[in-house]
Amino acid sequence: MSERPKVIFDGNEAAASVAHRASEVIAIYPITPSSTMGELADEWSAAGQKNLWGTVPEVVEMQSEAGAAGAVHGALQAGALSTTFTASQGLLLMIPNMYKIAGELTSFCMHVSARTLATHALSIFGDHSDVMACRQTGFALLASGSVQEAHDLAAVAHSATLRARVPFLHFFDGFRTSHELAKIEKLTDDDLRSLLDENLINEHRKRALTPDHPVLRGSAQNPDVFFQARESANSWYLACPRIVQEAMNALAARVGRQYRLFDYVGHPEAERVLVMMGSGAEVAHDAVDWLNSRGHKVGLLKVRLYRPFAVEDFVRALPKSTKKIAVLDRTKEPGAIGEPLYMDVVTALREAREDGMTTLDPKVVGGRYGLSSKEFTPAMVSGVFDEMSKPEPRRHFTVGIVDDVTHLSIDYDHELDIEPDEVVRAVFFGLGADGTVGANKNSIKIIGEETENYAQGYFVYDSKKSGAITISHLRFGPRPLRSSYLVKQASFVGCHQFSFLEKFDVLEYAAPGAVFLLNSPYAKDQVWDHLPREVQKTLIEKKIRFYVIDALSVANATGMRGRINTVMQTCFFAISGVLPKDEAIAAIKKGVQKSYGKKGAAVVQKNYEAIDHTLSNLHEVKVPAQVTSRFSLPPIVPDKAPDFVKKVTAVMMAGKGDLLPVSAFPVDGTFPLGTTRWEKRNVAAEIPVWDEALCIQCNKCAMVCPHATIRAKVYDPAKLEGAPLTFKSTDFRGNEYKGSKYTIQVAAEDCTGCSLCVMVCPAKDKSNPRHKAIDMHPQLALRDSERVNYDFFLGLPEADRTKVRLDVKGAQFLQPLFEYSGACAGCGETPYIKLMTQLFGDRALIANATGCTSIYGGNLPTTPYCTDANGRGPAWANSLFEDNAEFGLGFRLAADKHEQQARELLAGLALPGPLTADLLSADQSSDAGIGQQRQRVAELKRLLPATPEGARLALLADYLVKKSVWILGGDGWAYDIGYGGLDHVLSLGRKVNILVVDTEVYSNTGGQASKSTPIGATAKFAMAGKARPKKDLGMLAMSYGNVYVARVAFGAKDTQTLKAFQEADAFPGTSLIIAYSQCIAHGYDMAYGVEQQKLAVETGYWPLYRYDPRRAVNGESAFKLDSAAPKGDLAVYMRNETRFRMTETQDPARYKELVKTAKENIQERFRLYEKLEKGLPIIPTPAPVEK
Amino acid sequence: MDMRTEYLGLKLDSPLMPGASPLGDSLDLVRRLEDAGASAIVMRSLFEEQITREMTGNIYAVEAHEESFAEALSYFPKPSEFSFGPDEYLDQLRAICEVVSVPVIGSLNGITARGWLDYAKQIEEAGADALELNVYYLATDFSEESLAVEKRTLEIVRAVRAALRIPIAVKLSPFFSALPHFARELEQAGANGLILFNRFYQPDIDVENLEAAPTLNLSDPSELLLRLRWLAILAPGVKITMAVSGGVHSGLDAIKSVMAGASAVQVVSALLMKGPEYLKTIRLEMERWMHEHEYESLKQMLGSMSLAHCPDPNAFSRANYMRILHSWRVAPARP
Repeated sequence: MSERPKVIFDGNEAAASVAHRASEVIAIYPITPSSTMGELADEWSAAGQKNLWGTVPEVVEMQSEAGAAGAVHGALQAGALSTTFTASQGLLLMIPNMYKIAGELTSFCMHVSARTLATHALSIFGDHSDVMACRQTGFALLASGSVQEAHDLAAVAHSATLRARVPFLHFFDGFRTSHELAKIEKLTDDDLRSLLDENLINEHRKRALTPDHPVLRGSAQNPDVFFQARESANSWYLACPRIVQEAMNALAARVGRQYRLFDYVGHPEAERVLVMMGSGAEVAHDAVDWLNSRGHKVGLLKVRLYRPFAVEDFVRALPKSTKKIAVLDRTKEPGAIGEPLYMDVVTALREAREDGMTTLDPKVVGGRYGLSSKEFTPAMVSGVFDEMSKPEPRRHFTVGIVDDVTHLSIDYDHELDIEPDEVVRAVFFGLGADGTVGANKNSIKIIGEETENYAQGYFVYDSKKSGAITISHLRFGPRPLRSSYLVKQASFVGCHQFSFLEKFDVLEYAAPGAVFLLNSPYAKDQVWDHLPREVQKTLIEKKIRFYVIDALSVANATGMRGRINTVMQTCFFAISGVLPKDEAIAAIKKGVQKSYGKKGAAVVQKNYEAIDHTLSNLHEVKVPAQVTSRFSLPPIVPDKAPDFVKKVTAVMMAGKGDLLPVSAFPVDGTFPLGTTRWEKRNVAAEIPVWDEALCIQCNKCAMVCPHATIRAKVYDPAKLEGAPLTFKSTDFRGNEYKGSKYTIQVAAEDCTGCSLCVMVCPAKDKSNPRHKAIDMHPQLALRDSERVNYDFFLGLPEADRTKVRLDVKGAQFLQPLFEYSGACAGCGETPYIKLMTQLFGDRALIANATGCTSIYGGNLPTTPYCTDANGRGPAWANSLFEDNAEFGLGFRLAADKHEQQARELLAGLALPGPLTADLLSADQSSDAGIGQQRQRVAELKRLLPATPEGARLALLADYLVKKSVWILGGDGWAYDIGYGGLDHVLSLGRKVNILVVDTEVYSNTGGQASKSTPIGATAKFAMAGKARPKKDLGMLAMSYGNVYVARVAFGAKDTQTLKAFQEADAFPGTSLIIAYSQCIAHGYDMAYGVEQQKLAVETGYWPLYRYDPRRAVNGESAFKLDSAAPKGDLAVYMRNETRFRMTETQDPARYKELVKTAKENIQERFRLYEKLEKGLPIIPTPAPVEK
Repeated sequence: MDMRTEYLGLKLDSPLMPGASPLGDSLDLVRRLEDAGASAIVMRSLFEEQITREMTGNIYAVEAHEESFAEALSYFPKPSEFSFGPDEYLDQLRAICEVVSVPVIGSLNGITARGWLDYAKQIEEAGADALELNVYYLATDFSEESLAVEKRTLEIVRAVRAALRIPIAVKLSPFFSALPHFARELEQAGANGLILFNRFYQPDIDVENLEAAPTLNLSDPSELLLRLRWLAILAPGVKITMAVSGGVHSGLDAIKSVMAGASAVQVVSALLMKGPEYLKTIRLEMERWMHEHEYESLKQMLGSMSLAHCPDPNAFSRANYMRILHSWRVAPARP
């Protein structure tokens, strides 16, 4: 037997490595945190990696998890060995097929990185609520608690299902295990072959549907036989646990790691025993060992095979001494007697006792822990054991939170730390963009591969997509690391950005005597004076050894432009001494060579130079004995912030949300709007500065700003009284607001520095064209003055929306009701959303499909939708990914019903005067008309009688003002998973507006191909470059004839974009706007987003049009092309973006063909659109518009 | 007619070859060039910055977004085949070597010693018979001395020479203040040939948008004069062979070039305009002229009009300048 390689895997790779080798057909759909498994499988297949039987597995991306499950079901029925990967909502979508697959006794294994189900909120993090929703499907459920287990038990599951014929769902904790890097022993192909019995595989094949030996499956059965037939599979389920144990034994025989259906660890005479599964059991394992080493008698039963639940194995695994059991569930079932594992344990014990399998009669309590990856620590485990020591331990407790409402939470010693000194623990604070996580992953590889040490890495990411902060938790030690929780007492803390010191309690993580490495622009003898008092105090009290390096200077001097990763990594190795310095540096260089060697010697050399220059710039700082700093940490939010923001939001912003008690939260997931304004993130290095003398007042800068951080106002000169000294203002040019003043103001602390505004600015200085009416300047020097200026600017009155002329310029005088979102710098989606809120936000309901839009739209701690001075603004909700069109339609149905009832009630009131008639026949086609209707409604409310009808109308009267329903989402939703629903909503013709922000790829989950992905673009699951053109969603919608359809690109023609939004809202039926949105997943500097939009439209890549069925009623063509015939070279547009360039570099000849086809497609499509414009009969005559 | 020549130590059937240009991008064009009598194939320049910039651009536009957001730790797949860099170029070089029997000359346009060396080696390994080093350097730094510019170039040549076995030619710009001295230094540094000259990228000005407008115009025969002059000056003083590049549009242009001292004649613009087959026309024109003027071989005319041999050396020096300048007359005012 060959030596097994030791590898650094995360849980996803550990499971996928087995699944890919043991499968022939893999159907997947991306969903966090399981996407990586599918992506790896795809990469391996694309690279020609073969499975155990010498063939490359086929990987296919489907339109949804429901589709993936269907495809897998079909592949299994046709005799292939198949697998899939999913989590959470995706798993829910697979359930119908899971019943079928199990009902047909199909050998199959799927892998799930268990993730929270969306309830009062979505969460991408880990718990068992998704897996628990599959208990009833007939799948075997097998749990892994660590990366090594995710690898080993994946093999056990693939093995056992062949013999058992019961399908397996193998799961491990999302993020905690799926994303944890660990050093594990990799199973060889021979290991796997030994576990996967060839004869059983043949049996599976023989059961295949084939016309050569045809059978029928999936009959419809009647009351006479269904029941008996359903019971006929019982013996297979009875046999399953034994088969799993045999597979575990076979694995142990080869590799020495013995697993059991229920693994007991701890004292052989334990009286208190925990029952758990998943990564939490690993934490408990450490805690149990620690407690027993201190004289306790406690134990832990790890549940591996949860379904079928083997009662006898379970009770036999418990020590005879067991007196009390606490069952910890990582899920919640509101309304149940207890959570599922608890219920099973209680039932198992009762049955076992009654049937004479055991005499044990312990007291059993259940508790919940770790929902949505809530930290679960040895201290909590110890707290649970303490609770069990009580005579009457609490039932249905929670641990890890403070429940001050129902008082279910148990207390524990928060300071307890059981980690042995032999484990080196390090925490690093970095920016996403500075490469900190990548460098740490590399360090783990170095230490894991170059030394005998075990290594573990876990990474905490930001909920914002721009200026994202990362915290890396690393452990190294001589023994396997079971500590699946965050490092609390680090011997090394690295802070890779100086500004974090004012935002976070970085040194909270430092153990006494730890090393603190700070990337500091200040030299070793100056840095002390720039530290806040709190930081100085901790440095002194904890006796911390303090090092500084100006990593940015080192990086910039060697041409690394802000990428400080290798510099900081070198410092870590130099100070920590985990490896001899020279060895470490050689290993770092090897890592650089591996990452960049193929791509260019120059980059490798730059990195080498950075590494070589590091040590001479690294200095230890002598920590003074006294705190001397004259400044303290600023408050997280100003005092004027609302109470909720101060008490709840600010705590989350400070990274201390774990401390918030249950009572802090709304019971139903309802949150106030407009909280991003309190989170001054200061992420931009440079911000735009306005030159009022040069400005031509076109407002284009405000139009393109993705974060509503550059704004225009026009106002009465008298309002300038009390303006700050540096506040800029100039005379308004133009007739609409003659005599008014005009200001462009930047929100310096909210701007992300994307510079789209500068790129779009048309006003150049004639003598120095490099200078425009907006230029970028360093933010730090401007921060204080612009903060005051922006405050003053916000206090200036907003434009009267009933009077604003709604052209591109005028629309930007309207207040954006979507501001400072967490979207990426330069995001191409958010300018559309912002525009929509400016135009209709005060009467809009937004149904938001899950994706980028819902994350930057609704991810805590702070959210961007906000209200106007009247307290009106967009009402926003996210239901799911797949149902958004239907969800939004529901908004419309309800709003229409409310309006109808209001009208009926109003008509029945018989109020004197013309008010009733005016209300019922109001022209609301303009903001002026809407303003008048609002006044009428206010008047009506005053006149309402104190009758039941009057009271009902009081609630409904506001629906007499028209509402604008927006259904918002990306192409993953509109083209793929939600297309069925979208199509149906289009067919109904109801008054909803559908906005598809089209990035042509799944952006939020990391760049997987959608049906919107264009030909020639590389994306995940289209690795060689997509071979088929993107689906023409607009044409499909037009085929109904009564849907308003527009295709827009704000950077190419903002007037057309604006017109499309206005027409869509005015259109009395369904509207669909497909909006070109540049995205970081296109792979270029987003500052050029507007330039790319122009090229896209010019070359015909993205033609602009508006299809308005109303025009057809007047005998005109409904279709109007808004862009000219394609000109210029499409290849130029494509060459600017990595997504196309990647295809070209992989296979230039094929790329050439794809470009040729793309060009032909563009010409063909243009000819088709021209025909449409001429009214030639390509699609059915538009049906009359229904009101 | 005996058109044989020797350039960079390569024995060639004729001096005519395509210059570094997109002409080498397609195998079909390369075959047609060979059929039209090209004595060597020169590939387009591989730009060091092009690779570096794309690579660093990739770091900032792609990698900077990775490992930042929990749901998307990356935005692109990692295909094993994927690499920015010289791979495409080297693949094309290998393919050309396979389809033609004439020598293939690689061309490298770099700015740093490191970039030069690394890619030069790869080009040699891919099968190139010779390498052009295109020294395209625009001095825009007010603190940089001319000597420093020359020194850096010499260092690059020495480093490449030491690392490579195949002959190397240095393609120069006309903007050196003391070209003869520098040419001799290049020779001593190990260059096997010189190419006069590369054509500078000269952006136009877009007065509407106040932008520099990228332009790249094809050469015209007037540009040849500059080359002829410098060929004639350098030819007597250096032992290594020289090629003309820029402005050769006819057989007569080629003949003048050889007479001034060029062992090889590179044609680009004329071929881009008229197709690879035009190379044959140029050759026929040369042969016809040589026949008419009773030349027997190309060697007879090589350098015949250089400063060393031409009957009126002053024509190439300062005196010519004055004479020509004075011959201009201002156009009479219109009535």
